[in-house]
Amino acid sequence: MTFRVRVLVRLRPSVYDPQGEAIRKAVAADPRLSAASVRQGKMFDLVVKADTPSEAKARAEAIASKVLANPVLEDFSVQVLLD
Amino acid sequence: MARFAVLVFPGTNCEGDVAHAIETVTGQPAELVWHKEGSLDGFDAAVVPGGFAHGDYLRAGGLARFSPVMAPLARMAESGRAVVGICNGFQILQEAGLLPGAMLRNRSLSYVCRDVRLRVEADASPLTVGLEPGTTLRMPVGHAEGNFRADDDVLEAIEADDQVIFRYCDEGGEATDAANPNGSRNNIAGIRSRRGNVAALMPHPDRAYEESLGGVDGCRLFESLYRFTES
Repeated sequence: MTFRVRVLVRLRPSVYDPQGEAIRKAVAADPRLSAASVRQGKMFDLVVKADTPSEAKARAEAIASKVLANPVLEDFSVQVLLD
Repeated sequence: MARFAVLVFPGTNCEGDVAHAIETVTGQPAELVWHKEGSLDGFDAAVVPGGFAHGDYLRAGGLARFSPVMAPLARMAESGRAVVGICNGFQILQEAGLLPGAMLRNRSLSYVCRDVRLRVEADASPLTVGLEPGTTLRMPVGHAEGNFRADDDVLEAIEADDQVIFRYCDEGGEATDAANPNGSRNNIAGIRSRRGNVAALMPHPDRAYEESLGGVDGCRLFESLYRFTES
């Protein structure tokens, strides 16, 4: 079986995000668009071969922790997409 | 006599400058080593040069650690031989776990390409052995992600163990915020491993080793590297 798994990688809350801040400042120029905070992250969609959703999730978590996220800077979350 | 390896990944672009700088300054041979190589036997030191290894895909330096040459490089580091990173090479050594911390996007969000001043902080490293702490050097940076970041406890340990080898400073040698080109914590421009044989910096000594390049202070670092291999 294959499962689609979505990995979201984001800067840890304690890490300043200059890109998100630049976006926040840019949209603040238009009052209809202003946001109190913007944080930029990355999204990865994986297709994983596994027998169960939990096995697929575990595999994606291993990939995320070893490769997709740098633990010095980033956190990640993993969601199996059931569709 | 020393043999220097200069590693080349797809997207590395400073290998020619680094090899030429090593040969010009030390008179010793520097050999380019493709990232698919499985051995670094016979080399006394390895330099990971600047560029965009693996296109900087995922993160700067983030995919290089899966290259075959990284296993012998890690063994070289374990054996106590000199392993040095410059710019993207610094990021690669961090991503490989050979040096602490990580690089964020510059605080200005801009690619910074200009001369900076560095203050030597510690002499026990392959880039600084023989240099007096407090010495200031001038050479260029060229990077978009050189904003050194480490958690507070890691940063405290780095400072306590004298692992900072270079700090960005002004002409008077003061590590001011104005002299910091990228927002690095504690103005850190270069660090070494706890054991001391792995070291890296963001600025480019390979762009400051003869007068025609606008400066020669980079020679001091290559002289240190040669000295380290002889010690």
